[in-house]
Amino acid sequence: MGELSKLTIAEARDGMRAGAFTSVDVTKDCLAEIEGAGALNAFVHHTPEIALDQAAAADARIAGGDAPAMCGVPLGIKDLFATRGVATQAASSILNGFKPEYESTITQQLWDAGSVMLGKLNMDQFAMGSSNETSCYGDVVNPWKIDARNLTPGGSSGGSASAVAGDLCLAATGTDTGGSIRQPAAFAGIVGIKPTYGRCSRWGVVAFASSLDQAGPMTKSVRDAAIMLEAMSGHDPKDSTSAELAVPDFEAALTGDIRGKKIGIPAEYRLDGMPQEIEDLWSQGIAMMKDAGAEIVDISLPHTKYALPAYYVVAPAEASSNLARYDGVRFGHRASLAQGDGITEMYEKTRAEGFGPEVQRRVMIGTYVLSAGFYDAYYNRARKVRTLIKKDFEDVFATGVDAILTPATPSAAFGLGEMKDADPVQMYLNDVFTVTVNLAGLPGIAVPAGLDKQGLPLGLQLIGRPWEEADLLNHAYALEQAAGFVAKPEKWW
Amino acid sequence: MSIDTKTAGRVAKLARIAVPESALPTLADELNGILAFMEQLNEVDVEGVEPMTSVTPQRLKRREDVVTDGSQQEAVLANAPDAREGFFAVPKVVE
Repeated sequence: MGELSKLTIAEARDGMRAGAFTSVDVTKDCLAEIEGAGALNAFVHHTPEIALDQAAAADARIAGGDAPAMCGVPLGIKDLFATRGVATQAASSILNGFKPEYESTITQQLWDAGSVMLGKLNMDQFAMGSSNETSCYGDVVNPWKIDARNLTPGGSSGGSASAVAGDLCLAATGTDTGGSIRQPAAFAGIVGIKPTYGRCSRWGVVAFASSLDQAGPMTKSVRDAAIMLEAMSGHDPKDSTSAELAVPDFEAALTGDIRGKKIGIPAEYRLDGMPQEIEDLWSQGIAMMKDAGAEIVDISLPHTKYALPAYYVVAPAEASSNLARYDGVRFGHRASLAQGDGITEMYEKTRAEGFGPEVQRRVMIGTYVLSAGFYDAYYNRARKVRTLIKKDFEDVFATGVDAILTPATPSAAFGLGEMKDADPVQMYLNDVFTVTVNLAGLPGIAVPAGLDKQGLPLGLQLIGRPWEEADLLNHAYALEQAAGFVAKPEKWW
Repeated sequence: MSIDTKTAGRVAKLARIAVPESALPTLADELNGILAFMEQLNEVDVEGVEPMTSVTPQRLKRREDVVTDGSQQEAVLANAPDAREGFFAVPKVVE
């Protein structure tokens, strides 16, 4: 029992096609694992009936002989994706009881490809957080454990990371606004890719910061990331920012041959006070790429230092606007009103009860930086700095650099509750290596590359040229092969 | 630029989030901490730099101005906390 939930997407695809097992077999194993994994708090809405129906349909399709690669693959879906008739709450009380009448484009594409929905995954509320401690469903626990403490799986796609690392599902969807796929992937020892802005449709994905949000797959291998990203990608007329570009065969790009490729190492990512182990991991990654035949070049991305402050102006500004729709009128929670309360009291009480503290904080920061008198000083200045951050990358790519190698996170997973008394800015520092990529709209991937001395996974990040996910995935594949990361968390839950 | 409790209250009002009077000093402190972090942006020379409007160089596509959707009253109202006679219901708006 449960063995088939450990499969990668590629293994499941090949096994189902060969008739070694069925999608129903794999799905049942996943459902049993989910049933026994309450302690991880990763799955928050379970959909076993849907899963078994979809699996049976997938088996019929596979038997027919022309099923796509994702057919019959059981997935977890982040609670941010609208799923028709299935609770979709963005892990917020303000969407209590919300069951969309529509399906997000990405999940629709996955179901069209024959994939199976096991349920909805926990996350930081409205994708705002780096430790999965802001969810209305409670904290998610990382399957990796080294002592009595429960560790964070990172955030905001923490439920996705925990579910994939704990073998509750074969893969999961995630979303990434400032690092929310790559940081949890690194904390849980799995692969996570944020594609180029516009590669995947945002339609039906609860919006946080529309100019930064991108969805992507969280998987057990780079090959799986390639397979699943292809199924999630493509132009969607319902998202005017989705690109009208052909989606390449990402898996076919995985040759592992990166001889002659130029890998940039940005000086500005060497932070003061960075743990020695992160520094060492980065050096090892550089050596691995060199051994694989790549040319290593030192590069400079001079505005890196300003990425986090620019992000924490732009993202809350967009969030304050996007989250204005939660008003207690059309969907979700409405506060009970006192005698004489009018519509303003209804808005104010509903939003105070429904939004968690971090969401409230960001909505108010966003409101402030957009308010009359401060718009130029904060919001416009941040947008100008964003232009400069993007230009840093353009200048580097213009010199022929193919990919940029950096650490994925400034530390390994920390204990739940350990940052409780820290000021919000301390938590924001988790995204220091990932947030530049969102501001510049580039593709970035986190690849597990080693364990720290306590035995916790650490990840490296590769950043690619816009729209060249295929090439980026191939670099990641070469890194994955060189790193040979095979460690798994020991089951304690 | 520093936020006092009065400004914090005004921001909460603009954001339509009820914040009790007693919580305003803490809120002001938190917002000040975050704003202090943003002050770093003042070190950057942004003279002549265009503020970014779109991260990918693309023109937003226009579609034909035709009706593509509609007649879904039931679906639109399905999740409303209070729907009556085919409408969203809200507390009295006009005195």
